[in-house]
Amino acid sequence: MTIQFKQETFRDDFTFSNSPEAIRRFPFPFDKDEYMYAVNIEQHMPGPVKSPFEFPIDIDEHYVSEMRDRALVLKEDPLRCQSLPHMITAEWDLLELLMESMAKNYPEHFTLTRDGDRWHWINRPLGIDQAFTFGDVSTLPQPPMEYVTRQCQGDFALLDQRLDNLWMDAGMITTQADWSLDFDIGMNFMEWHAPVPLAHDMGIFERALKFLLNLQQGRPVRRLNWTMTVNPRLDTSPENYHKWGADRTTVTPENVGDKVHLRVELQALWRLPRSNAIVFSIRAYMIKMNELVTIPKWGRRLHRVLRDLKPELADYKGLTRYRADTVAYLAKHDDGAPTSPGFFPDPE
Amino acid sequence: MSGGIEIPVRVVEIEQATATVKRFRFAPVSGEPLPPFSSGAHVVVLMPAADRTIRNAYSLIDRAEDGSSYRIGVLRTPQSRGGSAFMHEQVTVGTELKITMPVNLFPLVHAGRKHLLIAGGIGITPIFAMAEELRRTDASYEIHYAMRNTSSGAFVDELRARHGDKLKLYRDDFQETLAVDAILPNQPLGAHLYVCGPAGMIEAILEGGREAGWPEENLHSERFQAPPTGEPFSVRLAKAGIACEVRGDQSLLEALEQAGVDAPFLCRGGACGQCEAAVIEADGELVHNDHYLTEADRASGAKIMLCVSRLKGRELVLDL
Ligand code: HEM
Ligand code: FES
Repeated sequence: MTIQFKQETFRDDFTFSNSPEAIRRFPFPFDKDEYMYAVNIEQHMPGPVKSPFEFPIDIDEHYVSEMRDRALVLKEDPLRCQSLPHMITAEWDLLELLMESMAKNYPEHFTLTRDGDRWHWINRPLGIDQAFTFGDVSTLPQPPMEYVTRQCQGDFALLDQRLDNLWMDAGMITTQADWSLDFDIGMNFMEWHAPVPLAHDMGIFERALKFLLNLQQGRPVRRLNWTMTVNPRLDTSPENYHKWGADRTTVTPENVGDKVHLRVELQALWRLPRSNAIVFSIRAYMIKMNELVTIPKWGRRLHRVLRDLKPELADYKGLTRYRADTVAYLAKHDDGAPTSPGFFPDPE
Repeated sequence: MSGGIEIPVRVVEIEQATATVKRFRFAPVSGEPLPPFSSGAHVVVLMPAADRTIRNAYSLIDRAEDGSSYRIGVLRTPQSRGGSAFMHEQVTVGTELKITMPVNLFPLVHAGRKHLLIAGGIGITPIFAMAEELRRTDASYEIHYAMRNTSSGAFVDELRARHGDKLKLYRDDFQETLAVDAILPNQPLGAHLYVCGPAGMIEAILEGGREAGWPEENLHSERFQAPPTGEPFSVRLAKAGIACEVRGDQSLLEALEQAGVDAPFLCRGGACGQCEAAVIEADGELVHNDHYLTEADRASGAKIMLCVSRLKGRELVLDL
């Protein structure tokens, strides 16, 4: 199936929007009418056809524009992409994982041919045709992680495993929800999670870490995380807080539907074969409130989740200033009817 | 973790390396390349013995560049539980076996400044792969390889060819002894030590390291995780009125699924809490392999995680 890539922006005039098909396949993160942190890890198995879980790496209509936005971020701030020297093998592992998956599942758009360590990569949407030697950095225009993640949607962190912990020793992070690679690089799992409220006392990080230390090759896992963003801005980094922080004060009852976005991160984790590192992918999906309420179940449910969300979580996620306006908007789309269990829209 | 991926392989070459060690080369039955692995990794080999499946973990020596084969080395042990005897006696060129995906519980610390690799006897197999990776990446390393006598050094020739004088041998019949206090002084800060061999040797080396003031986190030894199996037992679901057997090579969750029970799960690795079940009766001891239940939960004996935990005993009755 050929994807029609959209031309749109995630800054300045913010022309981003979702097609009706993109709305229907949105990874809505709530399977019931309330939300609290949990160790919500499941196997990253192929999901329903056309859903974002159909393939290990999801490419969608926003691909070309997202890659353009990433290039802009990197031009202004090269430190969004960093890698410690011992992560080079993990970088090659990541390049293999992404190229293999994209070429296998989107053959109209990407082609990979391998002859021993001589590889040939074709990326049609971005007009790239590159022959290179796997394992030889000098044959690519950028180091392998940077090269491949400039061509793949989602942020990526590479975690080295040692001393029974995971260490954030490399990453390409340009579409983050208010955290910084430059700040977190070299930290371990417990250290970079320190700012998260409540979850530590619930024992969530301890269990999640023990689970991940045993993550096996060939058995990837995933989880969903969510927050909200005012304006469809991918780069909500602490580095650029001065550019977007004030957006939160611009929400009014009149513009909620267009300005406020639910932002869902599909996070997947793979054990990498040659390096024994783990890759953590953070693929952000955004949907406007007026797009979301076209699915009646989602409108009802998000209203209830947001209305009843614990204040600690609302504060941490930065929703406090515009939560009331958003809840009021969603209330108009909640008739109080019961919602069916599970994430997916009800059949029409 | 239960229900891991299994890869069918065919034995394509057997080498009698020494009187007691054989090297086996496995090729994938499907022809699909075997996955790359990180040095220090092992696979579990599933051996179809007459009465049961034997599962033994063996370190991977190497992988052919194109993924067409893996090699492992197997020592014939006198007190074998059947695994090494099976490999030495029953397996011939052409035998088909299954292996699991590689798992690494003995990884190199890639951020290390220098690496001291210490092997005794068959403990050389993971060390062989680690040395190769260090050579390839131009890292700083030494190999110290202890053996009973020259003729029992299963890997000496190959190692010498690749590593030259970075390889030091300690042969009992030459009165050469591997003394940790001779190796450890004058190593740079940030060096890491890795040891694999007989239990006594591992203990002695680690102890020597501690005495020399090395931090615990710079001392590494191979530890094989017991394959995630146990003894068979019966399970009965009080509400559903279903009873079934849990085989030794199967998890409780898998057995219930096989019996047609739609039990909840997410992670299948003992972390998420989805598969928690209430225990009504346990004729035996609960073996908790999860990371989810608290100490108090465990002490109560009233809960079990279906995906990884089991009963050591006869029958388990669950409130399902
Ligand atoms: C190993 C890969 C992972 C990485 C690199 C990672 C990274 C992060 C980062 C950078 C943050 C933001 C912290 C901040 O405020 O500065 C975060 C938040 C969080 N992480 Fe992770 N994480 C990982 C795995 C997990 C897993 C497996 C769980 C499972 C429960 C988890 C649960 C959470 C939660 C609940 C939050 C708060 C999110 C929110 O409320 O928006 N993380 N993570
Ligand atoms: S399925 Fe997650 S703990 Fe058992």
